[in-house]
Amino acid sequence: MEYARQIEHADIVHRCFRCGYCKFPEDYVDFNCPSYKAFGWDTFSPGGRMWLIRAWLNKELETSPHFSRILYSCVACGNCKDQCVYPRFKDYLLNVFEETKAQLVNEGRIPPEVRDYFKAVSVNGNPYKQPQEERGKWADGLGLKEFTNQEYLFYVGCVGSYDEVGQRMARSVGRLLSETGVSFGILGKEETADGHEVKVLGETGLFTALAEENIMEFKKKGIEKIITLDPHALNVFKKDYPRLGGKFEVFHYTEILAHLISNKHIPLSNYRAKVTYHDPCYLGRHNLIFEPPREVLKGLPGIEFVEMRRNGPSAFCCGGGGGNFFTDMVGPGENSPARVRIREALDTGAEIVAVACPQCAKMLDNAIKSEGLENRLEVLDLAEMVNRVRSIG
Amino acid sequence: MKDIYHALVEIMGERGVSNRPEEIWFYGRDPGVLSPHPPDYVVAPETTEQVQKVVQLANREKIPVVPMGNGMALTGLVIPLKGGIVMDMKRMNKILEVNEMARYVVVEGGTSQGTLKAHLRDHYPNLRHSLPDAPPTTTIAANVALHGQGCLTQQYGFNSDMVTGLEVVMPTGEICKIGSPSLGPYWFSKGPSLPDLSGLFLGWLGTTGIFTKVGLKLFPNKKIREIEIFVTDKAELVPEIIYKLTHLEMLEDLNAWFQPKPLMFKDNYHLNIYFTGDSEKEIEFKRTMIWDALQKFIDNKDGGFMNVQAMKPNLMESPQRGIAAFADVPRGGGFEYSGPITLIELYPRFAAKVVELAEKYDVIYSSAARVISGGHSMMFSISFAFNRADPAMMERVKKALDEATEFALKMGGIPWKPNHFEQKMTMARMDPNTLKLLLMIKQNLDPHGIMNPGNWEVN
Repeated sequence: MEYARQIEHADIVHRCFRCGYCKFPEDYVDFNCPSYKAFGWDTFSPGGRMWLIRAWLNKELETSPHFSRILYSCVACGNCKDQCVYPRFKDYLLNVFEETKAQLVNEGRIPPEVRDYFKAVSVNGNPYKQPQEERGKWADGLGLKEFTNQEYLFYVGCVGSYDEVGQRMARSVGRLLSETGVSFGILGKEETADGHEVKVLGETGLFTALAEENIMEFKKKGIEKIITLDPHALNVFKKDYPRLGGKFEVFHYTEILAHLISNKHIPLSNYRAKVTYHDPCYLGRHNLIFEPPREVLKGLPGIEFVEMRRNGPSAFCCGGGGGNFFTDMVGPGENSPARVRIREALDTGAEIVAVACPQCAKMLDNAIKSEGLENRLEVLDLAEMVNRVRSIG
Repeated sequence: MKDIYHALVEIMGERGVSNRPEEIWFYGRDPGVLSPHPPDYVVAPETTEQVQKVVQLANREKIPVVPMGNGMALTGLVIPLKGGIVMDMKRMNKILEVNEMARYVVVEGGTSQGTLKAHLRDHYPNLRHSLPDAPPTTTIAANVALHGQGCLTQQYGFNSDMVTGLEVVMPTGEICKIGSPSLGPYWFSKGPSLPDLSGLFLGWLGTTGIFTKVGLKLFPNKKIREIEIFVTDKAELVPEIIYKLTHLEMLEDLNAWFQPKPLMFKDNYHLNIYFTGDSEKEIEFKRTMIWDALQKFIDNKDGGFMNVQAMKPNLMESPQRGIAAFADVPRGGGFEYSGPITLIELYPRFAAKVVELAEKYDVIYSSAARVISGGHSMMFSISFAFNRADPAMMERVKKALDEATEFALKMGGIPWKPNHFEQKMTMARMDPNTLKLLLMIKQNLDPHGIMNPGNWEVN
């Protein structure tokens, strides 16, 4: 069957000059497009994708597994959007990539890894193919309350619910929020996937269904304010749910922690360690939340905070964005983004890499093992850091 | 050709070779107006040895090899006109050595301008290199291979004049060091006091070998950088203004530009005068000298200095992002320019020609002339933006550029980074014995004509 190739922003695709500013961070220190860095072909750069998409729309190129891989290896980190030199045009770069992926979904020409991801979410409600009943197990023993009429919902998401590293993070945040008197509840086994990765990977139908279900449930429960564990959830709640009628006040847990620390609501001891911080793309570049995580670290007595060479708006993605955390279309190897990032962290002389995203935590944790640096570096999320400083006293 | 693919995989590994439609499509074109032509293979080496082995294979099998940096010359110099292998050099991007005292750097053949700039800023803040206005992804090797220019060209000449040594993989596969590195560990001279063999490679557009290492001069990075812009509405005065300014021997960079949009710039000629210093006192002294040099024009009401404060952040960027943004003026993602090297005294005639061509072909123009080497010549860019989705506009731009090159040659100029049509136009005008020498050198270095074929070829 012949599919009409059409995407919403088809009329701007030709405007890419492929000048390559999009490959770099602000100060050009190294290539900052993770898939370009990993593959080393111009076709895997943002400009390369734009030119290939144009050729594909014009039917100069057929849909192929390689074309799909080029598209799905984009980690949607947003560096290209920030660095492109064309005002306004650049705002739609990620839309063009997402719309093209959606077209591939319509054609049914997606990589098996992506297909399996959709299937797992669709059938099981989560990419881990785990039972819904176990979704709230991360909170076992913490005594956290189900959401009734508290001020905040603490939304954990699939990684926080099912992944070992994510669960550890979720428990740390939950414990900290609880012990500092924040009024919040959780959904436990009633929580459902937020749909962020589903959307970025191009399954717009499934995304809409998930989002509408969540919005309906949130409204039914009277939820107005949400604290998310995962910046990906933060992003989708803030950027995509409103147009489906879901308008909530959304915070990332690091914003709450920063507030608690600056107001001295958390008694702290002293913990001597040199710490660097990895900006998650969906917290930093996509939502401009750069300072609260740093305020947390700087507020911890004994911590020597050092920045990586690429930080803030120029931070290098761990490679887990754009659904790659689940599909791994970028693949392994020395130039895999997480390994590159861990080497950059090592260069700072830090012994701890602080993170604020369960996906980054897992990606970087694995990268430490791949690099054989288990004895030199440790990944800790900010709540774990705070808990560690508390526990010393 | 299947065996060639396997032979390339054996040299490069799977991740270093592609003959997939997507890479073949992409690497068969550049952002300019010339027609694409697909390669048969694309390779991306990480070592000199890989480059050597691929070239040896290509020489043995008589397959074209086209070395490529970021492909931003815009004049089709990386389009594989006769197919074969496109060699993307950008994975060879290491900075191998900086000799701070001797002020030179040695980089691999795919190192980008941006990476070197960042490296110097981080580790050698007292040093800088002559950064071109091209995007930071462009490579140092490609820039010197086409006699590129940069922000220090006014002071020190073409960027290719700043080369301090080369490592070249010859078309027959030998690895050859040029200049002082051929005798010892130091990369301080590309030629003198030896016969300067770098001339066999610099400016040859990749037709005589592939640069795997480049030594490049670095220069003092002064603490303060400043700009003044002098504006006149009389093109005929621009050469004299430049003459007065270059007489000072104080300027870092000097560009004369004009463009019709926004309207505030229309019908005026702007001279961007960059100067540097290590103290405010030095800066103010230079500023005074610059103003004094041009006082006559102010007194005669022929021009004046404009307020630069609003434009300063953009003008002080290096490279200037706004230059790439010119491609989007017609909302179409493209521009191309003819940039002949010519005499500064001819500025008024070139300027008139730009406007004439823009009107004749109904295209959007911009022009910036960079003074070279204290005023011995200039690179006069005749730039036309186009909409990539409008083939008719692209064709008009192509015709306008062809006519610009014809004009430049007629005026005694030399086309810069000429496309293969412009090369033929150039060779047709060249002294026959010069042409004979050029072709003889090329044939001797590349007996099978594998290196970037279609360029610097008579037939």
